[in-house]
Amino acid sequence: MKLVSREYAGAVVLAPDGRLDHDNSEAFRAALQPHLDAAARPQRGVVLDLSRLEYVSSAGLRCFVLAAKQAKAQGGRVVITAMQPVVAEIFQISRFNLVFDIYSSVRDALAALSADATDAFDRA
Amino acid sequence: MRVRFWGTRGSIPVSLTWRDLRDRIAQALVAANGHDLDTLEKAHAFTETGLPFSTVRTYGGHSPCVELDLGGPSYFVCDMGSGARPFGAHVMARQAGAPAQLNVFMSHLHWDHVMGFPFLLPAYVPGTRVRIHGCHEGLEAAFVRQQEPPGFPVRFSQLGATFEFVRLVPGETVEVDGVRVTPKLQLHGGDSYGYRFEAGGRSVIYSTDSEHKLQDAAETHDFVAFFRNADLVIFDSMYSLAEAVSVKEDWGHSSNMVGVELCQLADVKHLVLFHHEPTHDDATIDRVLSETRRFEELTRDGAPLVVSSAYDGLEIAL
Repeated sequence: MKLVSREYAGAVVLAPDGRLDHDNSEAFRAALQPHLDAAARPQRGVVLDLSRLEYVSSAGLRCFVLAAKQAKAQGGRVVITAMQPVVAEIFQISRFNLVFDIYSSVRDALAALSADATDAFDRA
Repeated sequence: MRVRFWGTRGSIPVSLTWRDLRDRIAQALVAANGHDLDTLEKAHAFTETGLPFSTVRTYGGHSPCVELDLGGPSYFVCDMGSGARPFGAHVMARQAGAPAQLNVFMSHLHWDHVMGFPFLLPAYVPGTRVRIHGCHEGLEAAFVRQQEPPGFPVRFSQLGATFEFVRLVPGETVEVDGVRVTPKLQLHGGDSYGYRFEAGGRSVIYSTDSEHKLQDAAETHDFVAFFRNADLVIFDSMYSLAEAVSVKEDWGHSSNMVGVELCQLADVKHLVLFHHEPTHDDATIDRVLSETRRFEELTRDGAPLVVSSAYDGLEIAL
């Protein structure tokens, strides 16, 4: 699975591409780690842009929780945006929709993190 | 083979309240408006087809007790939760005075899984033989202790039946009255053990009080191998996945989604959601079942996996 990253005034937008399941969840977690470490400073957050994620299994969802725990411990946040319908349904079935703040667009998600990130997104 | 569910609730027994019953009657009356229901027969037929499960039935409240009826002279039963009381009544009725032979398999010794034993009537019948199988070192002590004063008026030593405690070893298959039984260590406080039963070309997995950490492929592989090609998997689905991996991590229970995934990987035919959360009412369990079936559709890659939710009184023929 590919993990595309972009940065807007310190906020990181990560976009996993494809399916996230038992076979590749550990690799995904390893790929996620440097971005979480880089976002360790307070007020910096991570947006998981799921617009290209076709499917996520329980093991993949656990990666999201671990990322959120680490971000919270570092004073940051992980928010979710742009889920495809199937992934949105899985979030609802798993009750992950109650765990994460979910936004309909990357811009809305960045706006929840910081005004600087939104400005940077608008300028890009 | 028939599987009978005598107790399906996790942690502690629950029951409907008078408010629950009043609300259900009211819902049924509203739903019945305009139907011709002037006899009990018509009303019974209407309850079978015209009302949702959570109006006309209940998932029930007894803590775990599941019988495997193999058609032979001896009884096979998993756990001695409060469902052991109606199970014992069933044995007494079927035996009609004749002593029985019971094979009990204990997942673990937490209270909700042993609390029904003092009310197991066949244990009081001289001539009855009860073999209690398990992997825990303190198996016998747990049964004896809960009947010591001041907890219960009848000591274990006063029971009329003959008892034998059989220690099993995880991963080692034994044959018990013609049934192949394989225990498996599971993740739960103080350990728990799942059982794979094989007889007559059918296989049933009893896997309750088992947390799946999803940390590595080896753990998943082990359970997939344990479940492989089973006709029926009875699975601890007490929590949502979000609860199981966050606020209730390390509480020793699993979720409906992990049950579906493991059963699909193992080519299981039928998954039964089990060990229901005691705070969940029937409508909530109905909703979880509906969502689990939808998740199975979304993730299906082969033959469909049948998904059911266990309720006290459910019987499944294999």
